[in-house]
Amino acid sequence: MSERGTAAPRGPGFLDLLDEALPGVVSGRNLEALDPWVECPPERLTELCRWLKTNRHVRFDSLECITAVDWFEPDPKKAAKVSWQPHLEVVYHLWSTDARVSLVVKVKLPRWAGDTPGRLPELPSVAGIWRTADWHEREVFDLSGVMFTGHPDLRRILCPEDWEGHPLRRDYVMPLEYHGIRGK
Amino acid sequence: MSLSVDDDPRIIEFDVRTDEMLVNMGPQHPSTHGVLRLVLRTDGEIVSEIEPHIGYLHRCAEKIGENLTPRQWIPYTDRMDYLAAMNMNLGWALAVEKLMRLEVTEKARHLRVLIAELGRIASHLVGMGAYGLDLGTFSPFLYAFREREKILDLFEEACGARLTYSYITVGGLTADLPAGWLRRCEAFLDQFAPVIAEYHALLTTNAIFVKRTAGIGVLSRELAIDYGCSGPVLRGSGVDQDLRRDGESIYTSMYDGYAFEVAVQKGGRYPRDHTYPPVPADAVLGDCWHRFFVRMIEVVQSMDLVRQAIDRYASCPGTIGEPAKLTEKLPVGDAYLETECPKGQMGFYLIGDGSAIPWRARARSSSFSNLSVLAELCRGCLIADVPAIVGSLDIVMGEIDR
Repeated sequence: MSERGTAAPRGPGFLDLLDEALPGVVSGRNLEALDPWVECPPERLTELCRWLKTNRHVRFDSLECITAVDWFEPDPKKAAKVSWQPHLEVVYHLWSTDARVSLVVKVKLPRWAGDTPGRLPELPSVAGIWRTADWHEREVFDLSGVMFTGHPDLRRILCPEDWEGHPLRRDYVMPLEYHGIRGK
Repeated sequence: MSLSVDDDPRIIEFDVRTDEMLVNMGPQHPSTHGVLRLVLRTDGEIVSEIEPHIGYLHRCAEKIGENLTPRQWIPYTDRMDYLAAMNMNLGWALAVEKLMRLEVTEKARHLRVLIAELGRIASHLVGMGAYGLDLGTFSPFLYAFREREKILDLFEEACGARLTYSYITVGGLTADLPAGWLRRCEAFLDQFAPVIAEYHALLTTNAIFVKRTAGIGVLSRELAIDYGCSGPVLRGSGVDQDLRRDGESIYTSMYDGYAFEVAVQKGGRYPRDHTYPPVPADAVLGDCWHRFFVRMIEVVQSMDLVRQAIDRYASCPGTIGEPAKLTEKLPVGDAYLETECPKGQMGFYLIGDGSAIPWRARARSSSFSNLSVLAELCRGCLIADVPAIVGSLDIVMGEIDR
């Protein structure tokens, strides 16, 4: 049966090895969560991912999914009650085909680069590490507006090439018209 | 002495030298399984580069998911892989149950296995029939749909719908089976078992079919993992992974006590391979033929699982329980769960913030990753092989575009 659910390969022991190999790369962690996760600063993401894929303890050779989450509440009344500051979060779900365990890597980004609405935040691409990331990063760029630096071919994938805005942003406004097709 | 064209083959070669040409295939091409557009850069009959364009069926499912409660989103999961809607319902329901730490009753668990495996048979039948269609043989399609129709009849009886079921839901199922259903399901299985031999005669051992698929579009084990391929595409390349056995406990516990062998070639042999036609000499592990063959094995495997589920469901005391409330509040936290759907590993990710509506709903599509490897598979193949390779990936555009 599967080893999932047991903490051994991704428990504190594994994180100690990670800390030893790349000191300071883990800026946050929660191993008690439903899906144990580690957080890392954006500029060290590729370093961490390369280690996770190639280390000799638990090789996370498969990237399953990249998700971007927009933590932003457009309603000012509700926004006053939330406990977090507005930010973007990019979540990587990794899987090891040998050890059959998963690991989640989270990265926090500002919603806009330099606090200038419209300037997309940048994050280094991991398409050179897992090729799954090629299309997944294109999707995240398209729908959530994250600029992946170093991506071989970053263009929209699901929306048309001339689409404006990033629909999965919380403050996205539905266009009223697209090439003569009426919105609402 | 003058040199004529007939004497020197190089002169002929030079004369018929071809130009590079861009060929557009789709989005309304019959062999692209929906609305997929492929742009082929060709040199004569050889494809040097292929570029898939997707998104024609994009319906913002994830954005809609942020505005509905998990149970209200179930019908939208139906419309992702609409050929295996039961398995989509199950994937999302389990992901929500994982976050809510909800457990379904024993009887509901067996009913879910029963329904999900029937769904797998139906999906693989379409995959198989449509694959024949891609390669220019029409009859297997009709043979496959004849049997699929009977599964749809069974589903219709259970939940009232024939394509988009919304039957499996958060906390259980929307209704129990009607009286006499199990008997009719068993009758279908009895009738279906000998039909498999027809499929093998029509396709698996068909000389033309083997010529078109064996050794074509070979996907190596490493490349398959690197591109995040899953399901029969991954197992066709010899990777021994099936989430029904290797997945998370909330999913594998559903199959506790069920006996099945993962359909993968190990040591040059498939499980119980004496009951199947032999692997053709030209077939290479990871080619189109193997991907097709894994699906054929899984049809038999699922039939076996359905029989086991019928026995367990019939002898299980109790009820299937009640589904969760439509507006049940979600706990704070996030949960990601992948399940083994017919097309591959379908992942659902949701974030709860204490309200009934998830802060984020994400669907990780298996066909999306399976299709992304196409450019790699088609480099250097013949134009005629492109439909053979696309068909062997068994993609559904509804799931890719969401």
